[in-house]
Amino acid sequence: MVRILGILVGLGFVGVAAWSLLWGAVAYLKEPPRETVEHQFHHHARDIAFSFDGPFGRYDNRQLQRGLQVYKEVCSTCHSLQYVAFRNFRALGYSEAEVRALADQWRPRTPSIGPDGSPAERNSVPADRIPGPYPNEAAARNANNKALPPDLSLITKARHGGADYVVSLLTGYHSPPANLPRENRPGPGLHFNPYFANLNIAMAPPLRQDGQVTYADGTRATREQMAQDVAAFLEWAAEPHADARKNMGLVALIFLLMGTILAYMAYQNVWAGKKH
Amino acid sequence: MSFPWAEHYKPKHPFMRWMDDRLPLPRLVYNAVGKGYPVPRNLNHFWNFGVLAGLALTLQIVTGIVLAMHYEPSAAGAFASTEHIMRDVNGGWFLRYLHANGASFFFIVTYIHIFRGLYYGSYKPPREMVWMLGLVIFLLMMATAFMGYVLPWGQMSFWGAKVITGLFGAIPLIGEPIQTWLIGGFAPDQATLTRFFSLHYLLPFVIAGVIILHIWALHIPGSGNPTGVDVKSPQDTVPFHPYYTAKDGFGAGLFLLLLAVMVFFLPNYLAHADNYIPANNMATPAEIVPEWYFWPFYAILRAFTYDFILPAKLWGVMAMFGSILLLFFLPWLDKSPVRSGSYRPKFRMFFWILVADVLVLGYCGGKPAEEPFVMISQVATIYYFAHFLIILPILSWVEKTLPLPNSISESVLHGEAEEAAPADIGLAKPAKA
Repeated sequence: MVRILGILVGLGFVGVAAWSLLWGAVAYLKEPPRETVEHQFHHHARDIAFSFDGPFGRYDNRQLQRGLQVYKEVCSTCHSLQYVAFRNFRALGYSEAEVRALADQWRPRTPSIGPDGSPAERNSVPADRIPGPYPNEAAARNANNKALPPDLSLITKARHGGADYVVSLLTGYHSPPANLPRENRPGPGLHFNPYFANLNIAMAPPLRQDGQVTYADGTRATREQMAQDVAAFLEWAAEPHADARKNMGLVALIFLLMGTILAYMAYQNVWAGKKH
Repeated sequence: MSFPWAEHYKPKHPFMRWMDDRLPLPRLVYNAVGKGYPVPRNLNHFWNFGVLAGLALTLQIVTGIVLAMHYEPSAAGAFASTEHIMRDVNGGWFLRYLHANGASFFFIVTYIHIFRGLYYGSYKPPREMVWMLGLVIFLLMMATAFMGYVLPWGQMSFWGAKVITGLFGAIPLIGEPIQTWLIGGFAPDQATLTRFFSLHYLLPFVIAGVIILHIWALHIPGSGNPTGVDVKSPQDTVPFHPYYTAKDGFGAGLFLLLLAVMVFFLPNYLAHADNYIPANNMATPAEIVPEWYFWPFYAILRAFTYDFILPAKLWGVMAMFGSILLLFFLPWLDKSPVRSGSYRPKFRMFFWILVADVLVLGYCGGKPAEEPFVMISQVATIYYFAHFLIILPILSWVEKTLPLPNSISESVLHGEAEEAAPADIGLAKPAKA
């Protein structure tokens, strides 16, 4: 009885699914789907070799310090880094005094409340999170042609391609190709960038020329160098414990491997001579 | 319960005897996973996965309880508190990555466990209740995982919650009020997040409870085995401890090794980048995709694209829920008296087609709803329903099965009377140097 009912119900679902398939196939044959313009002109992120790639890769503190400098002098004009605190910069190899000085001199300052209760500002301390450039979203949009510069604390984890994507995007601006359809050309306040999903991005090219930043360690600040340094820094900002995670992972794998070998030997020993 | 030759619990220590008279908990353990539970001697490694699922649940509960100490279930603070866990809580990244990847591994081992049951006919009499309780656990797992994914309140959390609760809106007349009632408003918001957090904490313990029933029901007939032949004599079985505790220990080691590779080196491989963007009810992601373990069902949902008497969306919802609910009827749809697929050549062929079919459905479910993926998932959906509701019932009428072995021990020993000598017997003798 259940089998008869089952077959009837089964025929029902199979029939309705086949009905959808039939109409889908008809529509497909009548009007085959065409590749969208966005898809056609979109580029996948370049493959960049970073020091932190792979299970044995680790952050390069000198690169992270240079990246912080690029963030501070270029990106922080528009982009916040709200989940990173000044104290976290100890991990980049700065001393406590250097972190304190960095926080104290950081502009903009940290929002505060004055003695009379009115909004005020004070110098930042290492415990503060990095103050963003705008007091709120409305102010950010107002200053940026109604576009919202995203917070960068998680940007490499929030975009496919991660740090590779950041480098590609920062160095990927060029004038739109001649065969780009008119409706896909950048409108006012937009810039063509094939690495951006819809090809036109509101962010003006932030790294305009070599030497835009003068690195404290004397590294030549080419656009590519600056892009890679800031991408590495943002990767650290998104995943600050990656080095500790990989170190712990290697120890954990060795430990678990030994445990598993012992468990295998125990298993073989217990079953020795027992046919199964 | 169990077989007449099962070992009896005989506490030696006076305290254990005292305890046994008052609270026979050690006796319960002894009879459930100790020497007192005789298990077929021929179980292969696919029988490891039930224990591994239990291990995965334990990991989820332990990591989840600690995560809940640091998490804040508020629409304004959930995302930030997740980042607080990742950055400021000692070992917080480890807990969260273990919990997120642990959920995936829980599903991997559960899927293997379910397909083990499908191949070896574990749903057949007398184990129908074991099978159905297992399906209840699976449904509870899906609900728990779905609500857990909402908690970080990223873009996929929010839009996933909106899409999945929106499925109830497809029910005629009462759908919309049910959806509003479920999420406590017209769109996912604070009320949704708080109730999902509450239920996400509750359901794992409900799962643990149903697991107890699942194991209880299993221990009435005892475990099945790859031949599907009933246990007949003491020669057919070995005590669970030490034989299967040792075997499960090895399985658990491999499980933890693979989990560690993911947690420490590819922690976000199974996740979606969009969930690191805070929830925004004004910006719909380009593609809304659930977690990978829901992809086959998501593909079935989206396979129904044209109205047929009822709206296409309602067909999709009915098919999605139906694809799991039909499994409850499996013991009565497949009436073949032979349990194991190893002795059913046609069944075995269709079984492997089903495995490929579900993998195809999973692949399509993770892709955007575009051609050719929609047409492929329609073909795969047709096979899925045909397999369980048409092929299996007919097959159990017409299939000619292979001859079964007389007993488990015969299939293992091939007529040899006794055990071979232990391989290390020479080492056990005292050395005479």
